[in-house]
Amino acid sequence: MTLAQDSLVEIHNLGFSRGQHVIYDDISLSIPRGKVTAIMGPSGIGKTTLLKLIAGQLTPDHGQVLFDGHDIHKINRKQLYQLRKRMSMLFQSGALFTDMNVFDNVAFALREHSGLDEVIIRRIVLMKLEAVGLRGAAQLMPSELSGGMQRRAALARAIALEPDMVMYDEPFAGQDPIAMGVLVKLIRDLSSALNLTSVVVSHDVEEVMSIADYVYVVADRKVIAHGTPAQLKQSDNQQLQQFLLGEPDGPVPFHYPAMDYQKELIG
Amino acid sequence: MVRGLGRAGLMLWGAIFIAPRPSKGVPLLIKQLYVIGVQSMIIVLVSGLFIGMVLALQGYTILVDFGTEDSLGPMVALSLLRELGPVVTALLFAGRAGSALTAELGLMKSTEQLSSLEMMAVDPLRQIIAPRFWAGVISMPLLAVMFVAVGVYGGYLVGVEWKGIDDGSFWSILQAQVEWRQDIVNCLIKSVAFAVVVTWIALYRGYYAVPNPEGISRATTQTVVQSSLAVLALDFVLTAMMFAS
Repeated sequence: MTLAQDSLVEIHNLGFSRGQHVIYDDISLSIPRGKVTAIMGPSGIGKTTLLKLIAGQLTPDHGQVLFDGHDIHKINRKQLYQLRKRMSMLFQSGALFTDMNVFDNVAFALREHSGLDEVIIRRIVLMKLEAVGLRGAAQLMPSELSGGMQRRAALARAIALEPDMVMYDEPFAGQDPIAMGVLVKLIRDLSSALNLTSVVVSHDVEEVMSIADYVYVVADRKVIAHGTPAQLKQSDNQQLQQFLLGEPDGPVPFHYPAMDYQKELIG
Repeated sequence: MVRGLGRAGLMLWGAIFIAPRPSKGVPLLIKQLYVIGVQSMIIVLVSGLFIGMVLALQGYTILVDFGTEDSLGPMVALSLLRELGPVVTALLFAGRAGSALTAELGLMKSTEQLSSLEMMAVDPLRQIIAPRFWAGVISMPLLAVMFVAVGVYGGYLVGVEWKGIDDGSFWSILQAQVEWRQDIVNCLIKSVAFAVVVTWIALYRGYYAVPNPEGISRATTQTVVQSSLAVLALDFVLTAMMFAS
């Protein structure tokens, strides 16, 4: 299987299930290099699972995930760890190490992998923190940060090793408008400035559509639509339009499947 | 069941044989020795003192009827060295440090800290599991020795200072009766065995906890219950091997 020249990640016919519950059934997509790609879909559809499949944290039932030509699920653990130095993930919770301050969190991967002198590491960390606006919070513990600040600190940590790709897992969930605006700006600016390949998983339609170069919408175990934000807005796919416009009823019904209402009430 | 045993076995293998880089591993180990060992000292020392005192008081009331109260020293020391020291220390350790280890790992899992380590190409077995495992294995024998020492001192306080047993008899008979190989080495062997079991169970339960409040609560309870039962069962086996003949 060859990798499309401008794609960093290629997913081919991927299938994944948890027990009897099928989450993905022959899903295929590609993540273009140096672009912001969004993966959107309703809650609980398995978007985070898809990121974990790309990162090799989960193993698919069938199909391939190619990262820069390497089949993530065929390589050994050592090779996988080598590839993971080229990718990073911003977790939904931030996932900062709670026993370290912000500075040490950002310095962690550098100290583990770079072999750089502590003086150089300090400069790099301060530059990364400056980029996310948290240089002044370097000595604070994660518990002293707001949710938005925690994600910015985690973002500084995610880009510390200057990876090729950053995956963002629901970066806007639970954020106030200011924090959300800051994160939107950071993702866009950092992607451009560092020529990062960004994968944003989210169901915050407006924010994601404003920064994405290309969007995949997943539902019902497959990709139901993909294209640029402008193309998606013009699509006549009813399920897609229900999702984009946030309509409570439509192809995805408001009611969870149940027996006849009248029959259940009266018997 | 088989899958669980396999995962637990692989974790133990990894904790023992994945060698950390000294520059990274030693600071991590020292930190965990403090958290797991030093912070368990208070409960172990206080428990040891009172158990030694109770043991001496109960022993005295029996021995004095036969006029053999001078044997109180070895009675307290041998009870502590052969059984109570390693066993009670392990039970206290399971309650104090084991439950904390499980809860810590469960919370690290639920807050995705373990996943983020993996994403940063850092093996959680090397970074998280191995230092905690070795800290437990090193700490518990030392805690058991402290427990026994403080327990003997508690026996001394009751027997000599309170009940008036002769000071010289107490210590000389104790010294004559306690054997290095039979009593002290076996005490240490038991402690190391209990440390491996308790720390292993605690780490396994935390690492594979269901990452929600109910799952972590269940995992913490399982750690205390399973490691306590395992210690008591293993104690019987070890005692039979060491003393039955």
